[in-house]
Amino acid sequence: MKVQRLRLMLWGTILLLLLAGCQTSTDDAGDKEMILATTTSTQDSGLLDELLPLFEEKTGYIVKTIAVGTGQALAMGEKGEADALLTHAPDAEQELERSGDVINRKRVMYNDFIIIGPVSDPAGIKGQPVDTAFKQIADANALFVSRGDDSGTHKKELSIWESTGIDPQGQEWYVETGQGMGDTLNVAAEREGYTLTDRGTYLAFKHLLDNMEVMVEGDESLLNIYHVMQVNPEKSEMINSEAAEAFVSFMVSEEVQHIIASFGVDTYGEPLFFPYAE
Amino acid sequence: MELVWEGLQKAIEMLISGDPEVFQITWLTLRVSLTATLISVMLGLPLGVFLGLVTFPGRKLVVTLINLGMGLPPVVAGLWITLLLWRSGPLGHYALLYTPTAIIMAQVLVSLPIIIGLTTAAFQQIDPRLRLQIKALGASKWQSFLVLLRETRLAIMAAVMAGLGRVLAEVGASMMVGGNIKGETRILTTAMVMEVSKGNFDIAIALSFILMTLAFLITLALTLMQQRKRSA
Repeated sequence: MKVQRLRLMLWGTILLLLLAGCQTSTDDAGDKEMILATTTSTQDSGLLDELLPLFEEKTGYIVKTIAVGTGQALAMGEKGEADALLTHAPDAEQELERSGDVINRKRVMYNDFIIIGPVSDPAGIKGQPVDTAFKQIADANALFVSRGDDSGTHKKELSIWESTGIDPQGQEWYVETGQGMGDTLNVAAEREGYTLTDRGTYLAFKHLLDNMEVMVEGDESLLNIYHVMQVNPEKSEMINSEAAEAFVSFMVSEEVQHIIASFGVDTYGEPLFFPYAE
Repeated sequence: MELVWEGLQKAIEMLISGDPEVFQITWLTLRVSLTATLISVMLGLPLGVFLGLVTFPGRKLVVTLINLGMGLPPVVAGLWITLLLWRSGPLGHYALLYTPTAIIMAQVLVSLPIIIGLTTAAFQQIDPRLRLQIKALGASKWQSFLVLLRETRLAIMAAVMAGLGRVLAEVGASMMVGGNIKGETRILTTAMVMEVSKGNFDIAIALSFILMTLAFLITLALTLMQQRKRSA
């Protein structure tokens, strides 16, 4: 009898869970929902956690954030799989704008890229201009760790290599992780290599990177500019363009720009992003 | 190693303080995993019994495919489900991508072959003379099925546990089709991946303790059920 009762209870629980599981699939918020495809840095820094509840409260739209690399976020825009994008690869974004895949593209904020490396600085790049630093790394055959994941940071790194005329592809000193910034920083620290990173992620990981320090910073070419944009509603009839438009306006609004300016100061003693709306 | 200790402390702290986000993530993990396993069992058990007892042309090929499916990389499952659920895909208009339902679909895809495969193997192991004997005693089809089910219950419970284990451990497909959306599709495994990429190893380790505790409790319950029936 006891066993049977236990069995009954177990099946009851499972059935309940099943019902609970089905329930979520049916309560569809429909046109109240929008998909934001963005880069991992905006999510990992915690900035979106701070901004999105405000947006949802103001507009009633619910934002589903899909944090992928900039490359994938842009591809999602191209396919009409997202409603709005928040990315940091101006050249690639411009191409989508030109082809009509995205509209209403607005500058939102920036932070900067930095080159970090082992304290011992085997290639002697500390304080050098960006191009010179990259050239010296190549000349010294010093290890360089690349993200290699088509992210905004990776795209930036490739454009610097291009401007130096060096093709790092296949070189023994050039390592591609194919992973996010955090993982790549860990690989660089573990193997004592140089890498290009956004300052925000570096600050978040600094406590784990004892042997690494900032080598090159402050160059204008290292600006990391974020844009917000709507996916062209013609791409798919499922696109929620009203929500996307509201999101673009929200991101460039004075209130949000103000929040961006002070975000991260409490934790890191310096802001992670700077407001930059046009 | 210090991190492990910190993580354990953090886990206890998060549970005691009743961190609503952690509870929500844990609850969703439980709900998704149990639902997926239940669906897999309901579909996989009859199919496995059928494949184990009935012979038909092409059966070997089907069994081979099921056995292949037992090792289906979750990322492959995730990719297929994504293609299916994309707005531009065949099921796009249901807007299921980035919902718990999408995760359940991917989890079923990876656990179903395990349940089918292990059930098939269990039923094939039954002594053919037993089947003859049951028939000789005049059992109806349904009755003989119940007798055989009783005969294979240990192996079938093991199949359920293997399927559940696969589902609880899965991360790649859940990340892809769920999108790790805060408050909606974030489950313990995808939250762990995210915390690691944020450099929050202590939180990731804390979540790992919660996941392992959850897995332990469910497996314990199933094992008790399995072993108790045996002695009964």
